[in-house]
Amino acid sequence: MKKVTETKRTKIIEAYSRFTFRKIVFILTSMGALLLLVLFAISVGAANLSIGDVIRAVLSRIFPNIESTRLASIVVWELRLPGILMAIIAGAGLAISGAAMQGILRNPLVSPFTIGVSSSAALGASIAIILGFGLIGTEKYFVITNAFIFAVASAFLVIGLSRLRGITAEVLILAGIAVMYFSSAATSLLQYIATEEQLKVVIHWLFGSLSGATWEQVLIITMVLVCCLPLLIKYSWDINAIASSGDEVAISLGVNTSLVRRMVLVLSCLITAGIICFTGIIGFVCLVAPHITRMLIGADHRFLLPFSCILGAILLLLADTISRTIFSPIIIPVGIVISFIGVPFFLYLLLTRRKEYFA
Amino acid sequence: MILEIKGIHFSYRSRKVLNDITLGIKEGELLSLVGPNGSGKTTLLKCINKILKPKQGTVMMKGEDVGRMNLKELAKCIGYVPQSSLTSFPSTVFDIVLLGRKPYLTWGVSSEDKEIVSRVLELMKLEDFALRDFNELSGGEKQGVLLARTLAQQPEILLLDELTSNLDLRHQLEVMNLISSVVKKEGISAIIAIHDLNLASRYSDQVVFLKDGEIYAEGEPKSIFTPENIRQVYGVEAIVNHDSGRPHIISIAPINSSLNMGGRNEG
Repeated sequence: MKKVTETKRTKIIEAYSRFTFRKIVFILTSMGALLLLVLFAISVGAANLSIGDVIRAVLSRIFPNIESTRLASIVVWELRLPGILMAIIAGAGLAISGAAMQGILRNPLVSPFTIGVSSSAALGASIAIILGFGLIGTEKYFVITNAFIFAVASAFLVIGLSRLRGITAEVLILAGIAVMYFSSAATSLLQYIATEEQLKVVIHWLFGSLSGATWEQVLIITMVLVCCLPLLIKYSWDINAIASSGDEVAISLGVNTSLVRRMVLVLSCLITAGIICFTGIIGFVCLVAPHITRMLIGADHRFLLPFSCILGAILLLLADTISRTIFSPIIIPVGIVISFIGVPFFLYLLLTRRKEYFA
Repeated sequence: MILEIKGIHFSYRSRKVLNDITLGIKEGELLSLVGPNGSGKTTLLKCINKILKPKQGTVMMKGEDVGRMNLKELAKCIGYVPQSSLTSFPSTVFDIVLLGRKPYLTWGVSSEDKEIVSRVLELMKLEDFALRDFNELSGGEKQGVLLARTLAQQPEILLLDELTSNLDLRHQLEVMNLISSVVKKEGISAIIAIHDLNLASRYSDQVVFLKDGEIYAEGEPKSIFTPENIRQVYGVEAIVNHDSGRPHIISIAPINSSLNMGGRNEG
């Protein structure tokens, strides 16, 4: 008799191990897919380079004995690589911010964008572009610094406001919407008094774009992510406890819920602000990448957070590649393309995988 | 005494909910909190494990002040199942029960953790549900999973809030049998808030009657379930029958009710 129950227990554990193993396979496969996508993205574009040219150009700067043409080297290293890397880290950062926030607030509709971070960034950028006014830095960087400072300030404002009433998803979203309307109204007012030329710049910023990415920007965002991602992922178990059972149970499991919630919110908003101040508004990724991830591997944040990074990166890089190539040499803003490819995929998963999705 | 509650006061803003509650529970004892809606049962449970902070008074766990213990240490001693479970993002039963190991985990899940989870699942007869989505289970199965999670915590005290209220007759008995066997076999103590007086009478070692945030009476089921106590606390006329060894309560009618006592009359 005892033997029977022991084998049954072993079976449960084995089944769970297989379940975990499947998630790891999923993550590794998607990393492979991302790598292939990078190779593809780097070899397509307005300048006609073969994949061999591209590989030689990439390697030539690492190994000096490999020969490459000057044109290929410049196209690859100065034009394509920064954009591609920007797509990867921006996609990863936006996706993990959304995933962590949705978990911590137990709500599938929130993201840093729904609590007003993006519209405040837009206001900051508009002030720099239209009024030529910047809070810190030199004129060249006013748009970036303004966007970042406004985004972070509004995040702190919203979090601070909702702390007065207890940080729940509802309060946070309502406070966020209030801030969003205010920022949008202010941005509209600025657009109303802007010149034709300024207006064009503002609207281009609002669309979101990766084409202006530089190595410098890539480096800065990478540094932000290197600091913030491990911290976020460290909270996986705490987010699991809150997301699956709510605050009271999480407390009874030893989680300091208010501290965890505040930390996750602040980190998510910092990551998002750090990204969109360079890229402009690329919204859809941080809402939808976590959902797609959750449908594929479930809501265990130990896997969900890293996997949503990879998926966000794939999604944004795919959108960027399409935006560069579909009407080449004209570049369609990536913020537009991502909605066009993300929405149908999302709806497909929503309709076919309902059971494994949301109760 | 494994747990001692001394002079607990609690209020939500200006409304007083608990007024000078003092009680204790021994090892391996099942204590039931009974009383009408709003009498403070849930609030008292939440004050014990620091979900709520009492305005006054202390909770001592084996001589240590709970107010000064950190949440993680406390979570290794006290398990809690709330009144209503929330639906959430999809999660397997195994993962939910694994959360009970949260106070012990740093990052990785050890084979010991998995072993404990599988043993608890087996104890609760949930082996076949291990990889099912929690949200798809029936009410009784869900309560079983939540109880399993607290058992995986390996606590010394269980706080259970209305665990049986939404269950059918058979599941009520099964869950109560399970709790009482865990209490007796593992020497765990349990404090349960419960509405069904007969279940309380049948399974409890001690019963505490709460009325308007105060302890109205406490003691063994035999001495405490009297028509007089039930009349005073609930305002209900009842007959108490001792044939089965434990008091059995048959409610008759509310006293001086403002509601229509003739049953359903919607005209």
